[in-house]
Amino acid sequence: MDKTKITDQLDSKFFEEHQNKLYQALEDKHTTVEMLDDEDPLSTKMVLNMGPQHPATHGVLRLILQLNGELIEKAKIDIGYLHRGVEKIAENKTYQEFMPYTDRMDYLSPYSNNVALCTAVEKIANVEVPERAHYIRMIGCELARISSHLLWLGTMVMDAGAVSFFIWTFREREKLYDIFDHIGGHRFTISHARIGGVANDLTDDALGMIKNFVNEFPQELKDFHGLLDRNKIFFDRNREVGVLSTEDALDIGATGPTLRASGYAYDIRDFAPYARYDEVDFEVPTRLEGDNLARYYVRMEEMHESIRIIRQCLDKLPKGPVRTDNAKQAYPSKDEVYYSMEGMIHDFMMTDTGICPPEGAETYHAVEGPKGELGYYIQSDGTGHPWRLKINSPSFKNLQALEDMLDGESVADTVVIIGGVDPVMGEADK
Amino acid sequence: MELELSDTLQHTVDKLTEEFSDDFIEVYQSTGDTFIRVEPQNIVDICSYLKNKLHYIYLSDIFGIDRFASENRFEVVYNLVSLRNREVLFLKVQLPEEEPVLDSVTDIWKSASWMEREVYDMFGIKFNNHPDFRRIYMPEDYDFYPMRKEFPLLGVPGSIELPNTTPDTE
Repeated sequence: MDKTKITDQLDSKFFEEHQNKLYQALEDKHTTVEMLDDEDPLSTKMVLNMGPQHPATHGVLRLILQLNGELIEKAKIDIGYLHRGVEKIAENKTYQEFMPYTDRMDYLSPYSNNVALCTAVEKIANVEVPERAHYIRMIGCELARISSHLLWLGTMVMDAGAVSFFIWTFREREKLYDIFDHIGGHRFTISHARIGGVANDLTDDALGMIKNFVNEFPQELKDFHGLLDRNKIFFDRNREVGVLSTEDALDIGATGPTLRASGYAYDIRDFAPYARYDEVDFEVPTRLEGDNLARYYVRMEEMHESIRIIRQCLDKLPKGPVRTDNAKQAYPSKDEVYYSMEGMIHDFMMTDTGICPPEGAETYHAVEGPKGELGYYIQSDGTGHPWRLKINSPSFKNLQALEDMLDGESVADTVVIIGGVDPVMGEADK
Repeated sequence: MELELSDTLQHTVDKLTEEFSDDFIEVYQSTGDTFIRVEPQNIVDICSYLKNKLHYIYLSDIFGIDRFASENRFEVVYNLVSLRNREVLFLKVQLPEEEPVLDSVTDIWKSASWMEREVYDMFGIKFNNHPDFRRIYMPEDYDFYPMRKEFPLLGVPGSIELPNTTPDTE
C-alpha cells in the first residue's frame, strides 16, 4: 500500500484551504507561522493543534495554538464541527415542535433552555402563564443550574488532575436525574416546559425528592468546598490563570459566571426578571479577580443561591392549574384529549399548526442559563412557524473570550482555562 | 402606534434623531422591545456614539434576517445593552440583495468579531475592515449561505467534498 497516496487523498482541497486560512489568521505582526524551521532544531516555536476530539475540550472544539516553548503566543479557535443548523430547523418547525431541539443544545441544563424558548414564544404570542407554572419552572431552572455547575465542577477538577471528584459530583447529578425523571418523565432531555405552562404538575414524589435534595445538598457542597478551597494544588493551578479584566470581559462580550467572576454583576434574573424571580431573594455572586479561581467561587456560590431560591419557591408554591386554559394557545390536558371531541381537535390543531403569533411581531427574550445570557429572538410572519429564530447562546460568546484569555498562558493551563469557561459546543455551534 | 418609551430610551431616540437626522429612519416597538432602524452608511459612527455617549457598552448579539422577496432583502440587527440604564435596544439596518456590505464595528466592541463572522457565514453579508474575516461554521470554500431562505433544508447535494473514508478501496 502506498502511503503517500492515502495522504494525497485525505488532504483534499477543502481541508487545505480551511487550514491555510486558519494559519493565515494566526499570523500577524507579532507572530508568524513557520511550519518547518531549519534554524530551530528543537522546535521551540511550533503550532500545536489541540482537538477537535481532545477529551479536555468539552466537545468538538479545535484550538490552534502558536507556541513559543511552553507559552502560547496566540490562540485561534476553530468551531463548526458540530454545526447542526438548529436555527434553520426552527424556521421549518412549529414552536412546540422545536422545543426538544433546545434540550439538545445545552444538553447539560435542558430545563433552562426549554424555559428560554417558552418564555420567548409566550412573550411574542401574548400567552398568560399560571402562577404555579412559573414557580415550577423556577424550581426546574435552578435544579438545571445546579446540575450544569456540578458537571462543570467535576470536569474542571478532573482537568486539574483529580479524577475521583468527577465521580462524586456525578453521584449528586444522579439524584438530580432521578428528580427530573419524576418531574417530566425523562432523565436527561426533559422537555417539560410547554408554551403556556408546563407539561404536568409536580407529583408528591417529586416534591419530596426535591425537598430531600435541598436539605442534603448543602452538606455535600460544604464537603466540596472543604476539599478544594484549601487544596494547594487546585489553588495554585487556578489562581491568576486565565485572567480577564472587567473592561475586557465587557468588551469581548463574556457572559454568565465568566463575566461575573471578572467583576460585573450582570445577571438576567436581576437585570430583567422573568418568571417570578422578582419575588424571591437571591444574591448575584461576583468576584473581582477574573481568574479561574474566581470563576470557581462564583459558580460554587451560585449553587448555594440556587438552593436558596428553590427553598423559597417550595414555600411559595401556589395551588392552581399548571397550563393556560386557552386551547388556542396551549395543549389541552390528556384527559380532555381522550374524553372529548373538542379536546382532540385542539390537540390536533396545536400539533399541526401550533400557536400563531401576530404577523410582523418581533421579540427578544433572554433567560439566565447556567452559562450566561441565553436569548431567543423571534420574528413572526403570522404562521405557526417562526420566520426567523435567532439563538443568542452564552457558550459562543464565552468561547470568544477564551480566545483572548489564552494568549500569554502556558500550554499546561489551557485545559484548566477551557474547563473554567465551561463551554458546551452544542450551544456554541448551534 | 403610540410609542411607550422609558425616559432613558426616549433620551436615546432624541439624541440619535438630533445627531444623525439623515440616517435615522424609524423607531418602533414590538412586544415591548424597541427597534431603531437607521441607514447603513454611518453604522460605525452611530454605534460609537451609542457606546461612548449613551453608555451602550455591552454588545449582546449581532444577527442577520433574510426578508426574502422584500425590497432590501437583508437586515442586520445589533442587540445593545446599556448596563447603567438597564435598557436593551435593537439597532437595525437593511441591505440590498446584490452585494450586501456593511462596515465592521469590531473597533467599537471587540465581541463583534465572531458575531459578524457568523452573519457572513450564514447570510453572505460582508463586513469591511474586519480584522479576521473568515467563515466560522462552514468550510472556507463553501459557496453557499445556509440561512438564506432559498437554501434547501436537506443541503445542496455534493456541495462539500468529503474525505474518502475507505482509502484502500478507491
